[in-house]
Amino acid sequence: MSTVIKVENLSKQYRLGLVGASTFKEDTKRWFAKMRGKEDPFLKLGVENEKSVRDNSSFVWSLKDVSFDVKKGDVLGVIGNNGAGKSTLLKILSKITSPTTGKVKVKGRIASLLEVGTGFHPELTGRENIYLNGAILGMRKHEIQAHLDEIIDFAGVDRYIDTPVKRYSSGMYVRLAFAVSAHLQNEILIIDEVLAVGDADFQKKCLGKMDQISKSEGRTVIFVSHILPSVKSLCNKAILLKNGCLNYTGNVNDTIGEYLSSVSNQLFYNSSSDILVLKSVKISNQVKQTTILDFGDDLIIELNLFSNKKIFTPSFWLSIESVYGPVYGANAIIDGFRPDFIEGEVKLKYKFEKIKLLSQEYTLHFGARDSDLNTLLMPSLIIGRFNVVTSLNEIGFLKTNDFFSGNFSPLLRDYSLQINDNIEYDFKLEKVNKNV
Amino acid sequence: MNEDWSLIIEPKNKWYKVNLREIWDYRDLIAIFVKRDIVSIYKQTILGPVWFLLGPLFTVFTYTFLFSEVAHLSTDGLPGPLFYLGGTTLWNYFQACFNGAASTFSGNAGLFGKVYFPRLVIPISLIISNLLKLSFQFLTYLLFLVYYYTQNEQKLVFHYELLILIPIIIFIIATISLGAGILISSLTSKYRDLSMIVGIALTLLMYATPIMYPMNAIPELYKPFLKLNPISPLIEAFRYVFTGTGTFSPYQLLYSLIFALFILIIGVFVFNKTEKTFMDTV
Repeated sequence: MSTVIKVENLSKQYRLGLVGASTFKEDTKRWFAKMRGKEDPFLKLGVENEKSVRDNSSFVWSLKDVSFDVKKGDVLGVIGNNGAGKSTLLKILSKITSPTTGKVKVKGRIASLLEVGTGFHPELTGRENIYLNGAILGMRKHEIQAHLDEIIDFAGVDRYIDTPVKRYSSGMYVRLAFAVSAHLQNEILIIDEVLAVGDADFQKKCLGKMDQISKSEGRTVIFVSHILPSVKSLCNKAILLKNGCLNYTGNVNDTIGEYLSSVSNQLFYNSSSDILVLKSVKISNQVKQTTILDFGDDLIIELNLFSNKKIFTPSFWLSIESVYGPVYGANAIIDGFRPDFIEGEVKLKYKFEKIKLLSQEYTLHFGARDSDLNTLLMPSLIIGRFNVVTSLNEIGFLKTNDFFSGNFSPLLRDYSLQINDNIEYDFKLEKVNKNV
Repeated sequence: MNEDWSLIIEPKNKWYKVNLREIWDYRDLIAIFVKRDIVSIYKQTILGPVWFLLGPLFTVFTYTFLFSEVAHLSTDGLPGPLFYLGGTTLWNYFQACFNGAASTFSGNAGLFGKVYFPRLVIPISLIISNLLKLSFQFLTYLLFLVYYYTQNEQKLVFHYELLILIPIIIFIIATISLGAGILISSLTSKYRDLSMIVGIALTLLMYATPIMYPMNAIPELYKPFLKLNPISPLIEAFRYVFTGTGTFSPYQLLYSLIFALFILIIGVFVFNKTEKTFMDTV
């Protein structure tokens, strides 16, 4: 298939700090350099965008030497941490800002959806706003007219179409806005997380529509998102940006894998406690070490600790949290399981069977207390992260019918714990319930 | 490898590469912006477009009282309201267009940050939508004109043969305000200080334009300076066509026209260069 977008050595430099009198001075210097045929004194090539490193230069490369091709009909995902350059790339592709060096060649009309409802005017009616928004996105009037009924139908706002949009509920507003975007006739669509709007039903509808746009209509889509499951289900290829540089290009699963492994390689917790030190964390499913799990996988978490002295009956707790709070937990204070003592190398192996977690990022928290429970050996800190990527289309984090079944705490789950490969403990929720 | 790319995104616009074709492609957007500007102004107001008139009328009667009755400034023998309304009608159009165009970048940063369309669409649609306001005020002017003609006590002369000048005058005003407006808009996007200066300059320009006084009343010593103001001949010519007063010279009008085209070209070039980097400096 033919290449429709060709990005060549694209770089973008931004200025840090304020625009003020110094800007004027620099502009003058720059102009002088140009007049004498010299290079721009403020364009230092070859400096990477590392946020934590403080360079004395007040310029930063938010995109550096990025090159890639997009073929017709591809759905390309762009992933990366915050500040990796995703938005900058998007802005350049949608002509909102221009690159500092390099170029992009495009075949076909580009429409960019960096936000839904761009330019919506609250005083105008739904119908008028469809025309306004459509025209802003580059549609001709007759194109909008041809799709007007479809758009209204898709948005489901038939009754309100001649009411000013300021009277719309926010959901209606967003639906109408997305409906316009979804009916753009451009060959190339650039989409920035617009899916993160609306209720679950509407999100599904949007995903379906996007799928249709790319698969059956053969249009090219560039999709930038933090939401890995959406990227996974929509895109066939993906690129990974890191500190403004292109880190990885490949099919979507490989790129997501690369991204997640680079994230989980970071050390989350440096133990400052002298008594108990966390040395390593390993997350795996029933098959291999991984930080991407599927719904129904077993979750196995292995911790290597080192205890500098003999600690009698310590209690450990481990919790798995989503952005909404804890979802899974194993807590020795509640279930009462403690080893007699630990000393030196300690290996803890937690196992949760068949996790009922949906697509999301989850964090692992671990803490430990002394036998009297008063001394904190290790505070409950984030020690790791993992992602669940599943094709289940539910929105949320936990698919379960027995969420509130435990009399105790909903956070308790059946788990097994192995200490130093020999002490084994099986925790069953029913046991606790019986005791209560 | 075929090289028929339909779009190439490059670091900088060549200053002379102005894509007029693209603006034409977006003519529907211009039409919709014009409609939006007009509709949104008087939606949910009872008097609607009548508000376009009340402001200027109030100004005109204040001028008549202050400058004509109190300060006894010359009105070239014209009735006060007629004299002042002519000048303010044109000046208001100029001011509305200029101020609108001058805030193209600063006023639409949110929109420009989210979607691309030729940025010139905004000031162009503004010039057009302000025509509506102008036509309402012009209509009022005509009503006053008719009233004073029927009174028949004034020596009013209507130069029918020069009526063709009116659209030309309006065109020149629109061109100057567009050119100067987008030029200022481009410059202030980076250096905000300029917008302060512009505010002062605009007030000064108004006093340097024969709105509250006729050109005739100016001492010969200062006349050459006032004639440098490209808007002066337009207002004088406007009065000359409808009432037969004021100084009218075709060369002065030609000067205004050339000035207008010159500033428009400069404005478009600078605007063109700014629109690519604007989002990084705003």
